[in-house]
Amino acid sequence: MDDIDRTIINHLQGGFPICERPFREAAAALGLEEDELIRRIDRLLQEGYLSRFGPMYHAEKLGGGLSLCAMAVPEERFDQVAERVNAFPEVAHNYARDHELNMWFVLATETPERIDQVLEEIETATGHKVYNMPKKEEFYVGLRFEL
Amino acid sequence: MIDALDRAIIQATQAGLPLVADPYAAVAEQVGSTPQEVMARMQRMVETGVIRRIGAVPNHYKLGFRGNGMSVWDVPDDKIGHYGRLIGALDFVSHAYHRPRHLPHWPYNLFAMVHGRDRDEVMEKVEKIAELLGDDDRGHEVLFSTRILKKSGFRLGGGQ
Repeated sequence: MDDIDRTIINHLQGGFPICERPFREAAAALGLEEDELIRRIDRLLQEGYLSRFGPMYHAEKLGGGLSLCAMAVPEERFDQVAERVNAFPEVAHNYARDHELNMWFVLATETPERIDQVLEEIETATGHKVYNMPKKEEFYVGLRFEL
Repeated sequence: MIDALDRAIIQATQAGLPLVADPYAAVAEQVGSTPQEVMARMQRMVETGVIRRIGAVPNHYKLGFRGNGMSVWDVPDDKIGHYGRLIGALDFVSHAYHRPRHLPHWPYNLFAMVHGRDRDEVMEKVEKIAELLGDDDRGHEVLFSTRILKKSGFRLGGGQ
């Protein structure tokens, strides 16, 4: 990764144009050629420096349900329970964390009503209580990395 | 309101834009519409907030930001809006949310994801947040993730 890649990452985290030849427009703003920008973004994606390049959709505004949930799982059952939780397609992310509440997952459902339903199904499938922590207010979502 | 064409556009683009000179034309071909219609629909989604932004999503772990701590705070309910906005605007905080407590086990109502190059840097940043809160920090913890168990992300399903 070189300085040009860093410039691309620093400047293109948002605001990518919606127009004909958007890469040409974005490249010009960075002093690059269109095909070079496309190539570099492609490589940054291949090498894993970027997870994705494109529109970021807002789950709830799409009419879906989204919630953060946590469970306290005994160590000896942890992997087994993780497998059961992960088997639900509505579980979008699942992380182990350093706390008594040691399994944290995000539920993403087609409708808000499904959150409670899936949550109950997970409780039944795992035998553990799920603490539901939906967001009541969101303050700022948009990490801007400066490299 | 989003309709069938919007959903088709979402499904065609939620994993990324085609890396071609005319990406919106490529999407149009995929969904059976015109480039102008696709661009108009996406523009409207940006304006209504359905699309948060369009661009690069950095993989912070690969980029050297290995410390990612979920800091959780117990702050007075009547000040949570104020502190949420203040903390959410910090450049090392990517997301900040007001979430419900689950007393007595879980007294925290403000969550802020803190990023840094390593755990020590994250803890330094958390101290800065604690300083901002002063006496209104009635307790806090930082939960580091030890393993990623699943990371498939939110995806709109097919045939909806």
